Amino acid sequence: MSLLTVENLNLQFDTDEGRITAVDNVSFEINAGEVLGLVGESGSGKSVTAKSLMQLNPANAVYSSESSIKLKLEAEEVDVLSLKSSRELVIVRGGAISMIFQEPMASFAPAITIGSHMVEQLLIHTTMTKNTAAELSVEMLERVGINEAGKRFHQYAFELSGGMRQRAMIAMALSTKPKLLIADEPTTALDVTIQAQVLDLMKDLVSEFGMGILFITHDLGVIAQVADRVSVMYLGRIVESGPVRDVLRSPAHPYTQGLLKALPKLDALDQPLTPVEGDIPSPLERPPGCVFHTRCPEVIADRCNASVPTRTELGHGHSSSCFVLDTAGKPA
Amino acid sequence: MTDTPLIQIENLNVEFPLGHTLFGKPPMLRAVNDVSLNIMPGQFFGLVGESGSGKTTLGRAILRAAPITSGKITFEDADVHYDVGSLLKKDLKNYRKLAQLIFQDPYAALSPRMTVRDIIAEPLEVMGLTKTREETDERVRDIAAKCRLNLEHLRRFPHAFSGGQRQRISIARTLVCNPDFVVADESVAALDVSIQADILNLLKSLQKELGLTYLFISHDLSVVAHICDHVAVMYLGSLVESAPTRDLFNNPRHPYTRALLSAIPSLDPDERGNVQKLEGEIPSPTNPPSGCKFRTRCPLAESRCSKEVPQWREMSEGHYVACHFSEK
Repeated sequence: MSLLTVENLNLQFDTDEGRITAVDNVSFEINAGEVLGLVGESGSGKSVTAKSLMQLNPANAVYSSESSIKLKLEAEEVDVLSLKSSRELVIVRGGAISMIFQEPMASFAPAITIGSHMVEQLLIHTTMTKNTAAELSVEMLERVGINEAGKRFHQYAFELSGGMRQRAMIAMALSTKPKLLIADEPTTALDVTIQAQVLDLMKDLVSEFGMGILFITHDLGVIAQVADRVSVMYLGRIVESGPVRDVLRSPAHPYTQGLLKALPKLDALDQPLTPVEGDIPSPLERPPGCVFHTRCPEVIADRCNASVPTRTELGHGHSSSCFVLDTAGKPA
Repeated sequence: MTDTPLIQIENLNVEFPLGHTLFGKPPMLRAVNDVSLNIMPGQFFGLVGESGSGKTTLGRAILRAAPITSGKITFEDADVHYDVGSLLKKDLKNYRKLAQLIFQDPYAALSPRMTVRDIIAEPLEVMGLTKTREETDERVRDIAAKCRLNLEHLRRFPHAFSGGQRQRISIARTLVCNPDFVVADESVAALDVSIQADILNLLKSLQKELGLTYLFISHDLSVVAHICDHVAVMYLGSLVESAPTRDLFNNPRHPYTRALLSAIPSLDPDERGNVQKLEGEIPSPTNPPSGCKFRTRCPLAESRCSKEVPQWREMSEGHYVACHFSEK
């Protein structure tokens, strides 16, 4: 069985303007030692999906009764959505699952040193003494390539540069030895040269610690560099998923094709940039049928706006949900 | 394209004081260091670099929004010839009309309490460019149509719009006073890829339609490669390389440019780990390295680099580079 199995995850938010669907029937699996990339534009529901793995969504989140999130640990299987009190949730929040956030400056408390952040969480999740926790933390800081780790341990977040802060964040997330790491846009706020360093570091760490990673990003280039498998999300649904090579080389869904075409490529400077027409609809005006039909270049009249396309298997674990596929049988 | 540059920058320095001292001068942070460049009329000029490289400060100095410590910026078109650093009241007002800025974040740049019409009309009213309300409305409708905004959108408030639409509103506001020169500072950085291409195409088509000259500031080399005619690379306040786009991307001569190019994640999963990595991070500008500023991270650095500041040399037509080993 996979490390993490998410099935029919359905998540809505109760707001003043009505119920908003944020995640619609999403299923995926992550194995140990595997990196699953989750791509999508802002508002596609990637972060909300990730947060539901730790039940970090706000109180107005409503999960449907079919939703299931199962996490396999050594001895037992944890049904994440059945956990209620924060004491029970400690198992997933920082214990078996750790998370790296996008903006490291905003996720470290400004008045607490890097070291106290790291020691505090180790004391909560393990039975270590304060001294061993501090030793382990310094060791982890060294492991992620921070110079003078002993000195950095006593510094505050504002004293570190952006890249170094993100490294410290990674060190902190890994020090509890999680089974699953959620990385939510971990390199978006960094410069390309630093991004390359951080991605390299993360790849090394996966092979060393053998955990599963859910890697969220909007950058297909980053996905190509780190992920083993990728799922493409649009307005709360997974429209395509499969091994990273298959999805990037022969994208099956018009949305994935559109994203790849919109991306400026260095080896094809003469090619004009083709944007995906239109704007992502507001979640209050969710299109019926296939959610992408309002922007889709291959829309089939009376069909795409009437019913939701089912998943079509394309071989090697590559699958996509689009009506064009079952008429043509093959990706366009 | 004529031979006279629209913007000519000579040995520009921009410094900011670091705190206050009771007596004497406080230490200065040099954000832009001895930069010279020309921007030709009708050019799409790209400026790239990591955060902290001084690219935004340079853009702001050209708009007279950052203090010019020394050096000269001249703005010259058919009607006017301005020394930007010493402009006074009336001329400065006129210059503000000619040189405009598009901001990075369309969510922060638009007032949530004003309608789209009022947002776009505000520059006209502030600068007193129109006499009657009808005339203002006319200009607003005109530019809104050019930026592909729906006329019924004009009555709504910004919260009703998506990122791409907001950026179009922001562009309309910038262009409503009919400028010659526009600084676009990371104008697509906050947008999704599918929308980013749309805004880039819009900027390009507006350039042709309105005869604009752009300084396009970005950290994203693949975007710059697609849209700019000429690219300059900045590192720690200094220019390290400047060349026509094709030339720069096919034949980068500075090790920093090469490292930046190779750090762009490739879309091909089989090209993993195929990067020439740059160690370390950009040093603090308060205490820059001696000689060549890039030497602390440079794979080619030798003892000479710490002593001599590399010359700004022309290697081939229009291709300038500042490196001792640019022949390599």
